[in-house]
Order: sequence, then structure tokens, then C-alpha cells
Amino acid sequence: MPRLKEKIIVTGLASAAIVTILTTIGIIWVLLSQTIEFFSDVSLFDFLTDTQWTPLFADKHFGILPLVAGTFLTTFIAILVALPIGLTIAVYLNEYAPKSFRKIVKPLLEILAAVPTVVYGFFALAVITPFLQMLIPGMAGFNALSAGIVMGIMIIPLITSLSEDALFAVPMSLREASYGMGSTRLQTAFKVMVPAASSGIIVSVILGISRAIGETMIVAIAAGQQPRLTLNPLVPIETITTYIVQVSTGDVAHGSLEYRTIFAAGMALFVFTFILNNISYWVKKKFQEKYE
Amino acid sequence: MDKLEAKNVNVFYGLNKVINDVSISIKPNSVTAFIGPSGCGKSTFLRLFNRMNDYIDIFKMEGKVEIDGKNIYDKAIRVEELRKKVGMVFQKPNPFPKTIYENIVYGLRIQGIKDKNILDETVEKSLKQAALWEEVKDKLKNSALALSGGQQQRLCIARTLAVEPTVILMDEPASALDPISSAKVEELIYELKNNYTIVIVTHNMQQAARVSDTTAFFYMGELIEHDSTKIIFTNPKNERTQNYVTGRFG
Ligand SMILES: Nc1ncnc2c1ncn2[C@@H]1O[C@H](COP(=O)(O)OP(=O)(O)OP(=O)(O)O)[C@@H](O)[C@H]1O
Ligand SMILES: [Mg+2]
Repeated sequence: MPRLKEKIIVTGLASAAIVTILTTIGIIWVLLSQTIEFFSDVSLFDFLTDTQWTPLFADKHFGILPLVAGTFLTTFIAILVALPIGLTIAVYLNEYAPKSFRKIVKPLLEILAAVPTVVYGFFALAVITPFLQMLIPGMAGFNALSAGIVMGIMIIPLITSLSEDALFAVPMSLREASYGMGSTRLQTAFKVMVPAASSGIIVSVILGISRAIGETMIVAIAAGQQPRLTLNPLVPIETITTYIVQVSTGDVAHGSLEYRTIFAAGMALFVFTFILNNISYWVKKKFQEKYE
Repeated sequence: MDKLEAKNVNVFYGLNKVINDVSISIKPNSVTAFIGPSGCGKSTFLRLFNRMNDYIDIFKMEGKVEIDGKNIYDKAIRVEELRKKVGMVFQKPNPFPKTIYENIVYGLRIQGIKDKNILDETVEKSLKQAALWEEVKDKLKNSALALSGGQQQRLCIARTLAVEPTVILMDEPASALDPISSAKVEELIYELKNNYTIVIVTHNMQQAARVSDTTAFFYMGELIEHDSTKIIFTNPKNERTQNYVTGRFG
């Protein structure tokens, strides 16, 4: 009975889709309800303006700003590392490298992307920090700089891969137009190809930022866990994600206000990545028509 | 002296020989049309004159190609310098995704020219030469991609002229255009011939007859016949040429 078989398969597929949707709804529901409860104890105004985050101390403050600052500081450093390096590699692969070389390097980059983040975190703490301490005396053992740099290294494959795809999609005719007027390869790469691929490159950066904001392990290991409202990359900080880990793995009583802080923090994180993903979706759509 | 000259040129893509012992000379300030059936090597041969085939991994060339008596495949030649002298217009209009203004000044910018007066003057002059000025003078800061196909192609010609080449290579420059735009481009070619040496590849026999002074007929990688356009179209020496221009094959 092929009809029955088909029905079973369709039902199976549909329920798989429904499970995914329900899970998402479930997550948002828990996040939202706990967050709302959190804000019945703490005012939104304090949450957004207080400059201290000390929910686990006797003198409690619930200002998210220090965690946001830590998150953005490490993310900023990561992009500062990943964008120039990732883009350079992408340009090299697309404009200079022989096809055979490109075939070897691309899978190698994927391997770099598959290294567990805990290994990166350890690398930051055990290699990068001691190295940087030789250059910058007085740098703390836990700091945003090492964590950010290593996070940047982790994001390089993402930036490279997406930027390379974007460069590859630029029509050959533009490259020829540029060469035809006497441009060198370098000029062609940076004055024609990169601008023409800019929307794809922007998307790669936004997804990189998204990834960096959500990254947990590297910062947990290498950046210390001290919420601090600072832009100084040389001292310990804490990010939103690491705070959530710290509380979830600690001995805070479930259902307490302290426990609910992680949902408020999680909500903040959710809002950031949600906005970023939407921006990248919008950029993609907006610029897609360009080459019809 | 001849402006362009090829001597006993062979071209290979890998093991495939696509140009077979072709020699040709082209006079300055003339329009030469390359005609012939698809795949006979017109584009490949055209692109020898600005070394545009160099980027193809499997491309190999034998023989000599000279411009103003200088072998352009000589080791001492800088290919970027060569291409400033030998401009190219492609089959599909390929403006950069930049403003009209930036498209025109691109060639100057890469030469390091920053003087705004020079750039402005060049934009106006090139667009006038390409018969596009009146249509776009009020929207120079708009994206070039917003222009029609025909306007884009004239923009590409203007962009090429801005670098002040002496030779312009055109590979089916009007084949992607509507008849009116196509006629405009033809008119333009006719105008430009006073100051430039133009080589144009075309599949359109009427077009070749209208714009060119001499016509070269290629067939399967060989140059069958090169003569004044009038002779090629009315009284060719070779039977294959005769058959092709009268539409009996190809
Ligand atoms: N990049 C390339 N690699 C390998 N072979 C090529 C390449 N470009 C062209 N050829 C081959 O060389 C021969 C000549 O091609 P070319 O494009 O010069 O012909 P054409 O006369 O311009 O044809 P058309 O009128 O269709 O444009 C063809 O057999 C083609 O398949
Ligand atoms: Mg061709």
C-alpha cells in the first residue's frame, strides 16, 4: 500500500518539524516567564543602568552592564583579530591561490572550526596569556585580551569561508573589467572584488559577532569570572554566557531570585543574537538582487 | 607602421590548439571586424592583444604579437601598462557596483590620480565621447547598475576611454543590446575610429559591414581571409568566406 506508506512518512516528517517548533516555543516560554518573574523583584531600570552585577553577594546589585561590557569587549577583540586575517585568507584563496591549493586549504580551515572550544580556552590560558604577559608586564593572568584573541582565531574559519563564498559569487566579468583597465591583482581584489562582495562579508562578520557573543568556554577559562564595568582588556572580566555557566553549575537554590538572574541574562543574550541574525538576514536580502 | 601585428601565432588550451598559425596586421585609426562561426577562436585571438588570456591556467601561446612594433609578450613588458594602452569592452555590460562617477574614474584612481578637477573633467569628457553625458549628467552619483543595458554598455565604453588607450578591443559589444542601443553603440564606434584603433568581434554581418574598414574571417582557428570590408562582403577570394558572409553556413 504505497499510499499508506506515504502517509506515514509525511506524518513522520511533519512531527519532526513540529517537535522543533515546540522546542523553540518551550525555550522562549521558560526564558520569558522566568524573566518576567525576575523583573517583579528587580526593576528594569536598575537592570539596565546599575553599574554593578553582584547577585551572589550580600550587597546585591543587578546591573547587566558589566556583563554586557565584558561580552562586547571580548567580541570586539575577536572581530579585530578575525576580520583582517579571515578576509585576507579569503582574498588570497580566491584571487591568488592556484585551484589545487584552495582545495587543500578549505578543508583544513573546516578542521580549525571543528576544534572543541575548551581546547581553545586552554590554549588562551596556557599559551597566549603567558606570552602576552612577557610583552605587557602587569597584565592579569585572567583577562579579556587573550580570550578575545583566541576567540578571534576560532572565528577565522567562519569569516574566511563565508567571505570566500561571497567573493566567489562575484561575476568573473567584473574582475576582467578591472584587469582590462590596467589594475594589478591587489587593486582588483580590494577595489573591486571586496566591495562587490561586501554584503556577504558583512554577513560573515555579523555571524562572527553572533558566535563570539554566544561563546562560553574560552571566556570561562581564560577571562576570569569577575563582572566589571570596564573596557580595559588587561583585567579579568565576565561575560553574559560565563555568568550563566557559573550560576548553573554553582549551588544556588533553584527558584530563588539569584537563580532567576540567569534567565534575565539569558534573555539579554537572546535579544542580542536575535537582533544580529535579523540584521544579517536583512543585509542578505537587501543586497541579493544586485546581480539578479 | 602597423598599429597591431600578429606573426605566426599559435594558441593552445591544454593540448587543444585553437589558433593555428595566424598572422595579421592592422592599421592605426581603423576599425577591424573579426567574424566567423562560434568557437572559431575570435575571442581568444582578440584577447591576445591585451594579454587577457594570461589568467587562464592552461593557456599557452607561440609566435609574436606586436603593438607599435613592440612585442607585448616580452618579459620586460608590464601587463598593467599594456592594458592602459589597450582598452577592452566586453560582451555583457559589466559596470562595477559603484556610482556612475566612480565607474569612470576607476582607471584613474588605480593610477593614483586624486586631483578632483582632473577626475571631474575626465568624467565629463569620457561620457560625452561615449554619447552618454546628456542622459546621466544629473545622476553621476547614482548607481551604475540602475542604468539600462545599452546605457551600461556605453558607460563601459566611457570607462575604457577614460584611461586614454590607443587601441580598443570589443568582444561582441552590442550583442546583448536592443536594436536601438545597438545602433547607438555602432554610431559611437564609427566616431571613435578617428582617434583609436578598434577591433571588434561580431556575429552580426550587417554590423560588420556598417562599422568596419577591414574584416577578418576566422574558421576553426585559422585566419581564412583578411581584406577590406567591401571586398570581403562583395567579392571574397575564398569560397568559405563567401559561404559564410552570404549565410550559407555558420
Ligand atoms: N578558458 C578556456 N579553456 C579551454 N578552452 C577554451 C577556453 N576558452 C575558449 N576555449 C576554446 O577555444 C576555442 C575558441 O574559443 P573562443 O571563445 O575564442 O571562440 P569564439 O570564436 O569567440 O566563439 P563565440 O563566437 O562563440 O564567442 C573553442 O573551442 C573553445 O571551446
Ligand atoms: Mg567569443
